[in-house]
Amino acid sequence: MISNEELASGLLKKATSKGITAGDVVIVEGNSFDAQVRLKSIDKLSNAHEKKLGLRLFFGRRTAVCSTSDFSSESLDRLVEDTCHLARCTAEDPHAGLPEPAPLDPPDLDLYDESILKWKMEDKIELAVQAESAALEYDPRITNSEGAGLSHSDRRVVYSNTHGVVGSYPVSSVSFSVSPIATSQDSMQRDYWYSSKRKVRDLASAETVGRTAARRALRRVGARKIRTGEFPVVFDPETAAELLGSVSACVSGYSVYKGASFLADRLGKAVAASSVTILDNGTIPSALGSRPFDGEGLATRKTTVIKKGILESYLLDSYSARKLGLHSTGNAVRSIGDVPSVSHTNFYLVPGSHTAEAIIRTVKRGLYVVEMIGFGVNHVTGDYSRGAVGLWIENGELTYPVEEITIAGNLRDILMNIELVGNDLELRSTIASPTLKISRMTVAGN
Amino acid sequence: MADALERAEEFFLKKFNLEERQLEQTIGKALGKKIDYADLYFEYRTNEAVSLEEGMVKKAIKSVNQGVGVRAVAEEKTGYAYSDEITIKNLEEAARTARYITSDPSVGGPVEVKSGTVPRNLYPIGTPVSEIPVQEKIDLLNRIDQLARRYDPRIKKVMASFASEHKVVLIATSDGLIVGDVQPLSRLNVTCIAEENGNRQVGSFGGGGRIEYSFFLENHRFEDYVKTAARQAIVNLSAVEAPAGTMDVVLGPGWPGILLHEAIGHGLEGDFNRKRTSAFTGMIGKQVASDICTIVDDGTIPDRRGSLNIDDEGTPSHRTVLIEKGILKGYLQDKLNAKLMGMSPTGNGRRESFMHIPMPRMTNTFMLSGETHPEDIIRSVTNGLYAVSFGGGQVDITSGKFVFSASEAYRIENGKITVPVKGATLIGNGPDVLKRVTMVGNDLEMDAGVGTCGKDGQSVPVGVGLPTLRINGITVGGTK
Repeated sequence: MISNEELASGLLKKATSKGITAGDVVIVEGNSFDAQVRLKSIDKLSNAHEKKLGLRLFFGRRTAVCSTSDFSSESLDRLVEDTCHLARCTAEDPHAGLPEPAPLDPPDLDLYDESILKWKMEDKIELAVQAESAALEYDPRITNSEGAGLSHSDRRVVYSNTHGVVGSYPVSSVSFSVSPIATSQDSMQRDYWYSSKRKVRDLASAETVGRTAARRALRRVGARKIRTGEFPVVFDPETAAELLGSVSACVSGYSVYKGASFLADRLGKAVAASSVTILDNGTIPSALGSRPFDGEGLATRKTTVIKKGILESYLLDSYSARKLGLHSTGNAVRSIGDVPSVSHTNFYLVPGSHTAEAIIRTVKRGLYVVEMIGFGVNHVTGDYSRGAVGLWIENGELTYPVEEITIAGNLRDILMNIELVGNDLELRSTIASPTLKISRMTVAGN
Repeated sequence: MADALERAEEFFLKKFNLEERQLEQTIGKALGKKIDYADLYFEYRTNEAVSLEEGMVKKAIKSVNQGVGVRAVAEEKTGYAYSDEITIKNLEEAARTARYITSDPSVGGPVEVKSGTVPRNLYPIGTPVSEIPVQEKIDLLNRIDQLARRYDPRIKKVMASFASEHKVVLIATSDGLIVGDVQPLSRLNVTCIAEENGNRQVGSFGGGGRIEYSFFLENHRFEDYVKTAARQAIVNLSAVEAPAGTMDVVLGPGWPGILLHEAIGHGLEGDFNRKRTSAFTGMIGKQVASDICTIVDDGTIPDRRGSLNIDDEGTPSHRTVLIEKGILKGYLQDKLNAKLMGMSPTGNGRRESFMHIPMPRMTNTFMLSGETHPEDIIRSVTNGLYAVSFGGGQVDITSGKFVFSASEAYRIENGKITVPVKGATLIGNGPDVLKRVTMVGNDLEMDAGVGTCGKDGQSVPVGVGLPTLRINGITVGGTK
């Protein structure tokens, strides 16, 4: 059996014999496991091995991508034929092409936990059961559960291109979560909590996750609507990270060159309050967003996106960089069946000095947001309007829960109006933020 | 319709060098004394997409995905394993893994499977879209680009994409059924960005279904997609701040049916109701909407994006009445939840692919026409919002709170549509919102065919439909 590296270089050789001028191959092979338990017994178990290959070919400035999970030799021959055919049909794009050749010496970012493969099924299920039990036993008002889930995956990524760049790395990830339901009279509230890491030993305890999930569901019990008005709004770290997610999408080189971002043409300008510094760092050891090289074989790095409120850099791959007359920031991502695109690695807002409690204490009347739903974000204009769940702040104290309300503003103003930045940053996911206070937003309710 | 089955069965057996007998043995291996049900789901799918931006079709992609999923069910437990290599060794391995949910070591003997029947073919297709030369699709996108730019000089950017899927499935179950389907799906999307004095606004439209390529060229369809996207972007150039607070809202026909999908549909899926985690738990027979509202989920409408000959467990699709004259009538079921709840499957067991476990999902969800003329509905509102197009929506099943975001909306003042307003999110409570419906138009329209529904990380194509509707008092999340 040939290695995936040999498979990749073999395909590029075959394509070269068809007259292509450049190309690259990505192969991802790995395993995934998912267990759901509910009310302490197994609900769903799923297990799989997967292998997929993506081939991108260029005829000069024309390009196409094909992918397959069928590795028969006829299928691979057809893959090369199809890719060549499609590439010949597309338009000449003066900016198309591989990145300039650069030596690839991927650092070991410690992203792989080999103990995942030896983890016993009983122990995995037991962890999920314990986490759910911790939630169910936390308070008698926790009466039901959507269950607890545990999943992990491990995979090996191989990249190879016609500049002779070849690289590979293994990655793993593991996470578990609990979704308890709290009841009062005739209404129900669900919330959840999770722990997600590269390595089993770094996970939070079942107890911590279960109890946190229970507390989060309980604090929503008895939620009511509030009246419409303009108020200060404090985002907890989870919802602040969602705000940041919109920023990440709007600094993507693709949204920028297409004019589909409110941050297009704003490089070097003040786009946020001076307390705001946002970094993207793909090289943090063991972090969920880290990778040794990006989707076109370029080393990842640390990029300052916003420095003290000034927009310093977009996130770019080689194509969007050429379109904008800039250089790649090593942010290419490659879903196997698609052309490269841009995504953040570990994208976070640098913490300030205030505790979350101190920030809440500064609010006389306002909203503490703990969950947002919906897709009411317009990246082109920055208009922002989403459903929210939260706790009402009265005289610096959290009081009763609120729901069936929206919060709205424009991202330009929201970023400028970040009045306080918390000290509670934790890289729980690939996007992370400390608590943030926005001086004013429109809250719509009754 | 034995045709699609024979094609599917022959396709898989031949391609992977398998015999029907081996499938029967694999189902047996997944079964044991304590396993109630087992099935195999084979899938072979090709996807192709071309897209245009900056006046160039610079992206063309094609993918092949294949695999098999093996499922074993014991009471409420599901064991699942899948493989993208379809060999007898992997099938047996997957069957062993799926059985892990019971510790019982007994293994069943082969289960004889008989060809099931598919009652009708809802999407008979002469030439699959995948067989139309890619150059024709590229030419279409280039025409779209020119049309959009000609619509108004303020249209500065045009993005368009054409995507098609050809999916062959084969399902073999321990009920003794083997049934297959060939499921085509395509969509065409157009997005325009208009610009004027530094003000940039976006408009989008698209459509599709389980149809032939000629669908897009007939009845000015693609031209209409272009005009709608371009018009929306231009309209939004003059949009004012959306209002904030509770007000009367009129929803236009068609795509605003996403209201039903979020507010009602998800909460009526069998799994949430079996687990008693839905805001609609235990409400069958109760009034959940005003008596002018009748809502159905119908997977049997020819050619539509949400339609299916059979669901992903082999059950023929149905038309299910969810709400009749305001009274909650039924849930959407897959096999597992139907059995546990003592109900019948409704043909709503769906999955994204062989990599996923089926669950109850919607197909095409819509409200039947009422009796009021749409103009009378608008004329009846003194101060409100008229929303005609929406982006996505989301629902919290347990609390019942749902949102959906308008992308084209206008103020209604004294019975007249006046200024366009910026996009805003509408939020409401599922079990309550349809009780506030006071007028239903006589103009039911289905959406144009671009909907995708996400649940538990699985995406499936769906449709929605709505007549013009007046809702009294819903919260509008604007800024003014």
